[in-house]
Amino acid sequence: MLHFLLFSIFGAIAVAGAINLLMQRHPINSALSLIAVMASLAVEYLLLGAEFVAAVQVIVYAGAIMVLFVFVIMLLNAGEEERTDGSRVAALFGIPAMLVGAVLVAWTLLKHSGTGEVALGALPGAPTTIGWLLFHDYLLPFEVTSILVLIAIMGAVVLAARPEATAQRPRKEGA
Amino acid sequence: MDVTTFVIVSVIKSVIAIIVLLTAVAYSVWLERKVVGHMQNRWGPTRVGPFGLLQPLADGIKFLLKEDLTPPYVYKPLYIAAPMIAVIFALTSISVIPIGNWIYIGDLHIPLQITDVNIGLLIILGITSMGVYGVALAGWSSNSKYSLLGGLRASAQMVSYEISLGLSLIGVLIMSGSFSLRTIVESQQGHFWGFIPKWNIFHGQEIAFFVYLMSAYAETNRVPFDLPEAETELVAGYHTEYSAMKFAMFFMAEYANMITVACLATLLFLGGWNGPLFGPYWLQAVLPVLWFVAKVFCFIFLYIWVRGTLPRFRYDQLMNFAWKFLFPLAIANLIITGLIVALRS
Repeated sequence: MLHFLLFSIFGAIAVAGAINLLMQRHPINSALSLIAVMASLAVEYLLLGAEFVAAVQVIVYAGAIMVLFVFVIMLLNAGEEERTDGSRVAALFGIPAMLVGAVLVAWTLLKHSGTGEVALGALPGAPTTIGWLLFHDYLLPFEVTSILVLIAIMGAVVLAARPEATAQRPRKEGA
Repeated sequence: MDVTTFVIVSVIKSVIAIIVLLTAVAYSVWLERKVVGHMQNRWGPTRVGPFGLLQPLADGIKFLLKEDLTPPYVYKPLYIAAPMIAVIFALTSISVIPIGNWIYIGDLHIPLQITDVNIGLLIILGITSMGVYGVALAGWSSNSKYSLLGGLRASAQMVSYEISLGLSLIGVLIMSGSFSLRTIVESQQGHFWGFIPKWNIFHGQEIAFFVYLMSAYAETNRVPFDLPEAETELVAGYHTEYSAMKFAMFFMAEYANMITVACLATLLFLGGWNGPLFGPYWLQAVLPVLWFVAKVFCFIFLYIWVRGTLPRFRYDQLMNFAWKFLFPLAIANLIITGLIVALRS
């Protein structure tokens, strides 16, 4: 009961945060909504018994990546975004399509999973298990992924450090 | 232990922890003023109470009674929320820190810790990484150039030093094989050759301790890494526009973070509450807490000592130090510790 209550509360917070993220006009409010989404997702992981994943979710996503988001927003001093009416096609087809997709996903998940409760630590989510899987069973995919990320970082550095790009950047007044 | 007892015990422990922590915060401010005063050939606070011991109380009353100014062009919701975020996250991390062994009251078996979770260390890291938002949002929402620069500096600095801080802790984790702070302390029991305690700092983690020490100073924005609030260039950095109790909240958050960092250093590197035990039963129950508090005190004294001694870094030096010196050093320590532990087992 308590389990279900907590799940509903934090699920509602996550959905509300996601909607707020889209509705807010100021980028910093959107970023803060995203942090709320991340944090409530961490609680959901905790309810699933994956305490390590929950902690990593907070440290990496809510703590590190979102700090960088907020940092960039602060650095650029981004103002309020301008609102356009949006395209009519998106409103006409996008929202029904999204609803159909969500129902489809929910239906599949409900059909193919049990609805039993999970105690903390009952599922294989312990740090030792995750470490063993990452660095033993799936070592090659893990290393390939990290090299991929490294290449992406280097690509970003090369793109950002292109000399002609820095020379042509227009100077903003008061920025 | 049934649910009612559990709730009662937890509430009592939380209340005691908060009171002790807030008192410790107040008196580390007093200690800092006193020690730095003596280092600079001054007396520090002397007027309120014997040795100025009631000075924190007087300061608290002053903060409460002062006018709480809100500058006109601030972004209000975040301006008000920022000090709360800072102080909440600073005070929360105490909840997983164990300060001593078990105590027995009747047939109750109580750990001296609000809660013992098996990912205690990760929880502290998560909470401290969320604490950055307090500083960053304060800087941004104040709508002042000094605050903004202070907030930017603080977030860049904290993100950079968090990496070497985290890496310096992994060596200790490899040695103890657990994220639980209690298990980590218990893995440091015993002695080498009968007299050198088996603390991690004497157990091959000297470099890790050094990296931790440096990163901890930077994480808590203290001298010599106090660029976010450098008075000579930024007035007061991210809390320039704050007054009265809102300013005091940032102040409390800073000192509470200092205490958390000192507790963590004690638990991970200095053997926690391990120390010589002797005397009757009640003394044996009290002594571990005493050793723990003594070690934390030494660490905080070191903090203040450094503050009274070292000048401030330049900002590029700060970043170079983090990325080009501490980061490789922490990785080297990690590889060596991993190799040794792997070869031994």
